[in-house]
Amino acid sequence: MKKVMLGDEAVARGAYEYGVTFAAAYPGTPSTEILENIAQYKEIYSEWAPNEKVAVEAAIGASIAGARSLAAMKHVGLNVAADPLFTFAYTGVNGGCVIVTADDPGMHSSQNEQDNRYYAKFAKIPMLEPSDSQECKDFVGIALDISEKYDTPVLLRLTTRVAHGKGVVELGERKPVEMKPYKKDIPKYVMVPANAQKRHVVVEERLKVLEELTEKIEINRIEWGGRDIGIITSGISYLYVKEVFGDEVSVLKLGMTYPLPSKLIRKFAESVKKLYVVEELEPYIEEHVRALGIEVIGKELIPRIGELNPGIIRKAIKKEELPHVSVEVKVPGRPPMLCAGCPHRGVFYVLRKKRVPVLGDIGCYTLGAAPPLEAIDTCICMGASISGSHGFQKAIEHSGRKQKIFSVIGDSTFFHSGITGLIDIVYNKGNAVPIILDNRITAMTGHQHNPGTGKTLMGEDAPEIDIAKLSEAIGVKRVRVVNPFKLKEIEDAVDEAMNTDDTMVIIAKGPCALIPPKPQGECKIDQEKCKKCGMCLRIGCPAISKKDGIFSIDPDQCTGCTVCQQVCPFDAIECVSHRGEVK
Amino acid sequence: MAEVKSVLMVGVGGQGTILASNVLSEGLLKSGYDVKMSEVHGMSQRGGSVNTQIRFGEKVYSPVIEMGAADVIVAFEKMEAVRWLNYLKKGGTVIVNTVEIPPLSVLIGKEEYPKDLLEILKSNAHTIAVEADKIAEGLGNVRAQNIVLLGVLVKHLGLMNIDWEEVIRNNVPKKYIDLNIQAFRKGLELN
Repeated sequence: MKKVMLGDEAVARGAYEYGVTFAAAYPGTPSTEILENIAQYKEIYSEWAPNEKVAVEAAIGASIAGARSLAAMKHVGLNVAADPLFTFAYTGVNGGCVIVTADDPGMHSSQNEQDNRYYAKFAKIPMLEPSDSQECKDFVGIALDISEKYDTPVLLRLTTRVAHGKGVVELGERKPVEMKPYKKDIPKYVMVPANAQKRHVVVEERLKVLEELTEKIEINRIEWGGRDIGIITSGISYLYVKEVFGDEVSVLKLGMTYPLPSKLIRKFAESVKKLYVVEELEPYIEEHVRALGIEVIGKELIPRIGELNPGIIRKAIKKEELPHVSVEVKVPGRPPMLCAGCPHRGVFYVLRKKRVPVLGDIGCYTLGAAPPLEAIDTCICMGASISGSHGFQKAIEHSGRKQKIFSVIGDSTFFHSGITGLIDIVYNKGNAVPIILDNRITAMTGHQHNPGTGKTLMGEDAPEIDIAKLSEAIGVKRVRVVNPFKLKEIEDAVDEAMNTDDTMVIIAKGPCALIPPKPQGECKIDQEKCKKCGMCLRIGCPAISKKDGIFSIDPDQCTGCTVCQQVCPFDAIECVSHRGEVK
Repeated sequence: MAEVKSVLMVGVGGQGTILASNVLSEGLLKSGYDVKMSEVHGMSQRGGSVNTQIRFGEKVYSPVIEMGAADVIVAFEKMEAVRWLNYLKKGGTVIVNTVEIPPLSVLIGKEEYPKDLLEILKSNAHTIAVEADKIAEGLGNVRAQNIVLLGVLVKHLGLMNIDWEEVIRNNVPKKYIDLNIQAFRKGLELN
């Protein structure tokens, strides 16, 4: 049977067909759909871990216990999980283990565009790079076999256009795989120096064997065409090369990109007149080819910034462009924005009003940096808001000044890596103020459950971790829970924080506007009372607009959250709130 | 089954481009085509400009459409049609929903929603303008505008030999099946 599948969905199918029984992940675009789809297979135990490090460690545990396991994450998630990965490379596996990294060239939904292929080389573990959905499924099986045969974790590297590209996949049956027996093996699994020193030798020997494998594995293959030009490529770039050149050129298609097949590359290079490497982001393959002493054209023509597409390759190598319609009309940009009824809006409005530094984090609420709110000062990585605000505050204080520093972080991000930052504040007697935007869901990536939602990935009930109690237990002196739809409550809490040296956490607790049922309510502008001051536009609500001098609220979008009503100085907005009462 | 065709669906996050493209790709697969698609998920979905790319034929390589390669652009919003117009092949067709969704800069009065967009489209490409939002609203739910547009597209591409109604049944929740089938039929009649 054939099905059109997302690359992520095909990875999930591969996990199913090739006998994976344990899978864990933290959601992150473009990897999220892998675990969402794995959860549909009841043969696999699957879970959302609080972060990528925990997900990989859990997959390691499952592997050592004897199960075939998988952990998935976006590229930056592998930074979080790098610590266990590098030592897992030393211990090796029991049951096969695949670590999936989904990179985001072009940064569709990310804070950087790092090229995670270097992780394979750095950690000394084999890496496979599928080009389309069929390969996504097949390569999971190949990766698991390599993992078990060569006693190593395997990195499966996708990029956005592979993970979120769709293609036809031939479905197969699940192959039952027996769980391997677990045998206690201290020299292999206990990485104290004396054991690790011996395991490093094993790692280097393993690499030599893998170098032989990569020369003969079927997924590294030459597709002979014209011999004037030869192109070495992998992943999505292979499809773009085929799109542009078809059989005009010869292609060395690399499915296994660590270790790279030096002999195959040399043979290919000797058989073509002019050699190119076409790869997205860094010159990862190119550097290897150059190190072999082979002349090659790569990044001098192919951009290292952003995504590639067939047009870029056509222009770079063929010096051609497809004829296209071109218009000289500039249309306004359409950046993403906080939804109507979003619980974050009121918090940002108040923080903006107070003109305080606000260190931000990763999630929908990063949109609080966009005009007109422009309420946050930084966005670095998961968890960096709370810890960053602590360093910011200490540095200011150490210089002899006094200033209150705030941070904003979502519930899921707090569980991911915000808690340790909060411990830092308490332990080191700081007083930066974390505001936890608790909308009870992982919203940005499409509403996944987390330790605060009361549900697991597999749909079972779970304990809801109470952020207020957790903060108190850590030792925070003042914990204030506010309704984010009530500006006065937010402002009172912020004022309290500005005027105390006690440690304080504010929890703004209100549900994401996109979680069903859609909040029922509506706000209307009374045109007679409206003085056209424009205050309501400063909250950046997509439902409120100004057209031909008239301010109005789109009833289809409005949820009746009442934030606009609360900022209107002329009492010109009437609201029927979600709960039906007239305000 | 000759050359590869490329369809670019563009719109605003939340308008249902992904559902329409899912129905399209499933129907194409059933009638024996190779199909590749590319979607964008994540942050841009929050009211931002979104696009879904569908390519089909005997053998498709790239899931991504390059500038000048789209046979058809299906724009769920007027301004988005113009934004993506240089992806259209010379001689290609634009199917445009005439709805206007102002971006934030327009909402807050910093920029104007451009005028004469339909005229710009018509003078640059073969353009089929459709009031898909109004038609769907007439059927009881504006959200079915995506399937109205799908109907127009299917007719334009001459893919009438596929049982689209069955594919729609497989892809929408039970209570919306009738609505979407009616929306699809309306779309077919329009073109």
